[in-house]
Amino acid sequence: MTARDDDRLLSWGRVHRGRHRVAGPAWPQDVAFAAAASSEGAGTTLARGLGRSYGDTCLNIGGGLVAMTGLDRAIAFDRTSGILRADAGMSLDAVLRLAVPAGWFLPVTPGTKFVTLGGAVANDVHGKNHHAVGCIGRHVRRFAIWRSDRGVVECGPDTETELFKATIGGLGLTGILLWVEISLIRIASSSMTVENERFDTLDGFFRLAEASADWPYTVAWVDTLSTGDRLGRGVFSRGRHADAGSLEAHGSGGPAVPVDAPGVLLNRWTVGAFNRLYYAKPGSAYRGAQHYDGFFYPLDRLGNWNRLYGRRGFYQWQGLVPPSAAKPAVHALLDRIARSGEASFLAVLKNFGDMASPGPMSFPMAGTTLALDFPNRGDRTLALLGDLDQIVAETGGRLYPAKDGRLPVAMFRSGYPAWTDLERLRDPMLMSSFWRRMTQSE
Amino acid sequence: MPEPKKILILGATSAIAERWARLRATRGDRLLLVGRDPGKLSIVADDLRARGATEVLVAESDLADTDGAPQRFASFLERLGGVDVALVAYGVLGNQADAQADTDRLEQGLRTNFLSAAIWCELVAGALETAGAGTLVAISSVAGDRGRRSNYAYGAAKAGLSVYLDGLAHRFAGTPVTVVAVKPGFVDTPMTAHVQKGGPLWATPERVAEDIERAIAKRRPVVYTPWFWWGVMLIIRNLPRMIFNRMNI
Repeated sequence: MTARDDDRLLSWGRVHRGRHRVAGPAWPQDVAFAAAASSEGAGTTLARGLGRSYGDTCLNIGGGLVAMTGLDRAIAFDRTSGILRADAGMSLDAVLRLAVPAGWFLPVTPGTKFVTLGGAVANDVHGKNHHAVGCIGRHVRRFAIWRSDRGVVECGPDTETELFKATIGGLGLTGILLWVEISLIRIASSSMTVENERFDTLDGFFRLAEASADWPYTVAWVDTLSTGDRLGRGVFSRGRHADAGSLEAHGSGGPAVPVDAPGVLLNRWTVGAFNRLYYAKPGSAYRGAQHYDGFFYPLDRLGNWNRLYGRRGFYQWQGLVPPSAAKPAVHALLDRIARSGEASFLAVLKNFGDMASPGPMSFPMAGTTLALDFPNRGDRTLALLGDLDQIVAETGGRLYPAKDGRLPVAMFRSGYPAWTDLERLRDPMLMSSFWRRMTQSE
Repeated sequence: MPEPKKILILGATSAIAERWARLRATRGDRLLLVGRDPGKLSIVADDLRARGATEVLVAESDLADTDGAPQRFASFLERLGGVDVALVAYGVLGNQADAQADTDRLEQGLRTNFLSAAIWCELVAGALETAGAGTLVAISSVAGDRGRRSNYAYGAAKAGLSVYLDGLAHRFAGTPVTVVAVKPGFVDTPMTAHVQKGGPLWATPERVAEDIERAIAKRRPVVYTPWFWWGVMLIIRNLPRMIFNRMNI
């Protein structure tokens, strides 16, 4: 196993840059060698999947990375029970390709299928069905991790319980995930029954969310550039797996953005025009059938869409406020964004449920979450994000570590008091740029 | 579901073979995986079963060693119950400097990449001729299109294999038997793990596997993958020696 230096690896937001020493094992038994080879020099390494984390949780700048995507094999798939055990480097895309034709679906999926099972567990990802079934951590049966101090450790709810819990949402720091066993859910069709509906104020969102509680999947898009009595207008979308139909996995992806777009491409005027069209388009009031690929993964249609933000990259920001403070806080967030004149191309609003994750470091909890993308315009953008942080902090809410790569240390520590436990359980060889920032600065 | 096909893969733990086997497993085919490392074969077999293969058999065999090849080949066929598509996919990239410095290494490379591969291809061809149908696919390389100082030991072996496959394709022209020579360019696999990757010339093994699948369906005797290598190699083959000699490739 050889490692090589790579100074082109980025996270999805493309803001953080630096050099890594990378080793990519092709077989599970090579993971220990890959960890050793990649950590040579700096002494630390980190497992990396498909690099869809936006900030610095999937980077270990100056240290090593173990590229896990070569470990993408299924180990066992029981078509009767829907239990799948697969390498941690297998993507959700690949899981769907083998599961859907057999009548099974992911219990929880984020907004892209291009994440690995390992990444999904390490970030305890959530999806449009959080209010109904919680995070993916609730659907993980067992997994194995490799630790530099212990070798391979199998973890489950009843074996190595502490490590099991700490690894769910543990940001890849408790050990390198080797395989994951999850329970899939039954589907009768690859089609979704979908209802989209416009709402013209923020209150409309909360009304629709409440009225849609018995829909398994709900999410809303908000127009962050609308102001005044249109503040918080958007499109609410709810869906469920169709009761009958054919079982067809998705096709291959569409076109990809070939080069970095000019940084000015996504500005308040272009985004404003997009938002008006999006709000007005007939699909925003669509009711009917839709393939799961279009329903869950609209952005996967455009490969490398992150390059639309140009060379300087972009910040994603995702905050969460508790139910009691949700309405005024989300109003304040949207108001602050609208006044900034910064345009968020993608703004997603969703109510979380109260199903607790096994992972103490998991991001979601009961409340309302808002996710935003802002092109990186330096201090201006950082100032805006700092103000948004403040609004969330005042409600006792928290931010999603996988997202922005500038999450303030104090806010992280107060939002995730279990961080000291994670630090205690961390494999001494594993480290990320994010964790260095959270633990080694005062 | 279409009728499951009988698929024989020689060198089934190679990255390209494994990706192609996944396409076949998804269709519900029956596969016999042949390779040297039983641990790796079993890992690949589990994956193919999970992806929907009707049956996956494994046979541990060092294919570079051709002692008793006809008998060993007969046992593969017996276990699989015949063959519809055979893929000969194993090979070693080797190191040009080692091959120059050490004739044992040179011989080993030629034996693995050409001599043994030609023998297995001939055995497959015989079986397909008897059956009167079927497809032989073998992985050659663009490196076999012109000798270059950076890897002519590997290139010469692949050139030999390409000509062998050309001959087989000629032999079976006008019959239902298909012979496909696959010529990949740079592929991001463990074989090339030591090389700095990236840029438009590098392809994934998934892409190569899809091209192989298409070439089989279209019965193409030679397929460059990705397709643009056809143009690249056309130019390189026809470069006047004066210019070629100045290139460091």
